[in-house]
Amino acid sequence: MKAALHRFGPGAVLHRFGLRRLERESPLRLVLLLCSFALTGYAGVRLLSGDWFGIVLWIVGAALLHDLVLLPLYAFADRAVGAVLPDPARWINHVRVPVFLSGLLMLVWFPLILGRQERRYEHATGLSADVFWPRWLLITAGLFAASALWLAVRVAIRVWRRRPGPRRGAPAAGERKPPAGPARPSRS
Amino acid sequence: MSHPPRTHRDRRALWRSPLRGPWLTSVLGLILLFGLPVLFVTGLLSYAAYNPDLSPVNDQTPDKGLLGFYLFTWPTNPSWLYRVNQGVHVTLGIVLVPVLLAKLWSVIPKLFIWPPVRSVGHALERLSLLALVGGGLFEFATGVLNVQLDYIFPGSFYPLHFYGAWIFMAALVVHVALRIPVMVRALRSRDLRAELRTRASDTKPEPPDETGLVSPQPAAPTMSRRGALAMVGTGSFALLVVTAGQSIGGPLRETAVLAPHGRNPGSGPNGFQINKTAMAVGVRARDIGPDWRLVVRGATGRETVLTRERLLRLPRHGAALPIACVEGWSTSDQRWDGVRLADLAALVGHADRPPRVLVESVQRHGSFRRVVLSDVQVRDPRSLLALRVNGADLSPDHGYPARVIVPGAPGVHNTKWVGRLTFGNFEEGA
Repeated sequence: MKAALHRFGPGAVLHRFGLRRLERESPLRLVLLLCSFALTGYAGVRLLSGDWFGIVLWIVGAALLHDLVLLPLYAFADRAVGAVLPDPARWINHVRVPVFLSGLLMLVWFPLILGRQERRYEHATGLSADVFWPRWLLITAGLFAASALWLAVRVAIRVWRRRPGPRRGAPAAGERKPPAGPARPSRS
Repeated sequence: MSHPPRTHRDRRALWRSPLRGPWLTSVLGLILLFGLPVLFVTGLLSYAAYNPDLSPVNDQTPDKGLLGFYLFTWPTNPSWLYRVNQGVHVTLGIVLVPVLLAKLWSVIPKLFIWPPVRSVGHALERLSLLALVGGGLFEFATGVLNVQLDYIFPGSFYPLHFYGAWIFMAALVVHVALRIPVMVRALRSRDLRAELRTRASDTKPEPPDETGLVSPQPAAPTMSRRGALAMVGTGSFALLVVTAGQSIGGPLRETAVLAPHGRNPGSGPNGFQINKTAMAVGVRARDIGPDWRLVVRGATGRETVLTRERLLRLPRHGAALPIACVEGWSTSDQRWDGVRLADLAALVGHADRPPRVLVESVQRHGSFRRVVLSDVQVRDPRSLLALRVNGADLSPDHGYPARVIVPGAPGVHNTKWVGRLTFGNFEEGA
């Protein structure tokens, strides 16, 4: 009987689903969570009194879209860029930072930049809606130009330091030690 | 301490950044811990500014019940109250977007923990985290879309953003309560100043601990923690620069190059920001032409009908007041000139202590065609039925022949193209 319980009892079922053992419950955690759910329920029935399916879709969809699409997508893109760059530890941020900033501005202001409500915006505000796309492009170009300029300065400094001559290996006064370590292999 | 036990189904190893760890997550969490309550409080204040308890006409959320427990009569002092409140709410919300994204990035391995559920409490906590992440993203998304007039969310903005905020806060409070000891421990585990001096090449992963955030197979660092925080901070700063000008106004308005109200629609006395043009809400030329009349009615039934010429001959007063929109943009003080609301109340039998007033516009559509102003608002000597602004007649887009201007009120309560004022008792049907 005892052996049968061990093999087929609830513990074994949980084990099969990866649950080695149930944690001991923290009563404080349970109380806090139940209080929170009470408020969620109170606000939730009011929130969902309209198009409940659409609203649930938006809330759950927002979490899923972010966690399972947006984040993996930019993480993968970051890894892909790291894989094609010769020495990612040294150079990747010259791509990463301008892409991040430009993408962030697009993420927040995309309805205006893409002119999604052009007519409504122009009717309401009396302002033209066609300035945002060129402005965003200009900002993006400026960010990449600044990054490229910085890159050029860094390359120039490296070349200058490595130039053959009597002062080889003697860094100029006040100069920082060059970034340490040999070139690292690709991260993935 | 060692890594939490892993099984072959543990997908946390997918995430290889050497920067992830409780310290970085806690720094980002700490910023949000200060920022999100400010968003919540300014949001609740903005909700109160509409005086929803005053009349069903003002109430966008008639079933709010206990969630309106804190409501109070919105004051008229200081006159910039709503302007600052809403500027902070919208600008701070936008500026926190990269912090929120970075925080979510830093904890993504937790989504893939195995076993997914360790106990009933753990299951409930994960359900609460769905409300936290989903509710948070919902609040940010509806806010960001609404200020750009992109109304693709499933319903009216006011109830969605208001009830959504309560759901987000319910989940946030319990999350903070459960995680604050971990956060404090993690923040103490590393010296911020030392961290801000560490370069990418010297960056080591945080020691593995029970939070499960540290990658079991970290990749070589390509960025320091200092760099990661600087990148997030630069993102916030960039958003601040392209946004804040629309709330500050003056010469700084033009710096808000990506914000909806970063330019003035014209020059001259009427060249300041417009929320809805006359055309947008269906005001036609004959609605505001020579046949326009203002009907003023008192609680006792006394009624008077005024032409614009009659109004101009009444005692006129000036007031320097801003227009501030729920969308976060605002104008600096404009010099308004018109008849006091209290004086108009006196014309129909409310000589002292005038009551609240129902203001109705001649506009054809728009959700704020009708609005009720409180007695506090009516009695303020700066509350005007404005006829002129900055030394010129109102333009049609700014509410010609006559508009309301009230200190400290949300922009949509400064009704344009006013056709009727009903003091005291009125039919409340929406």
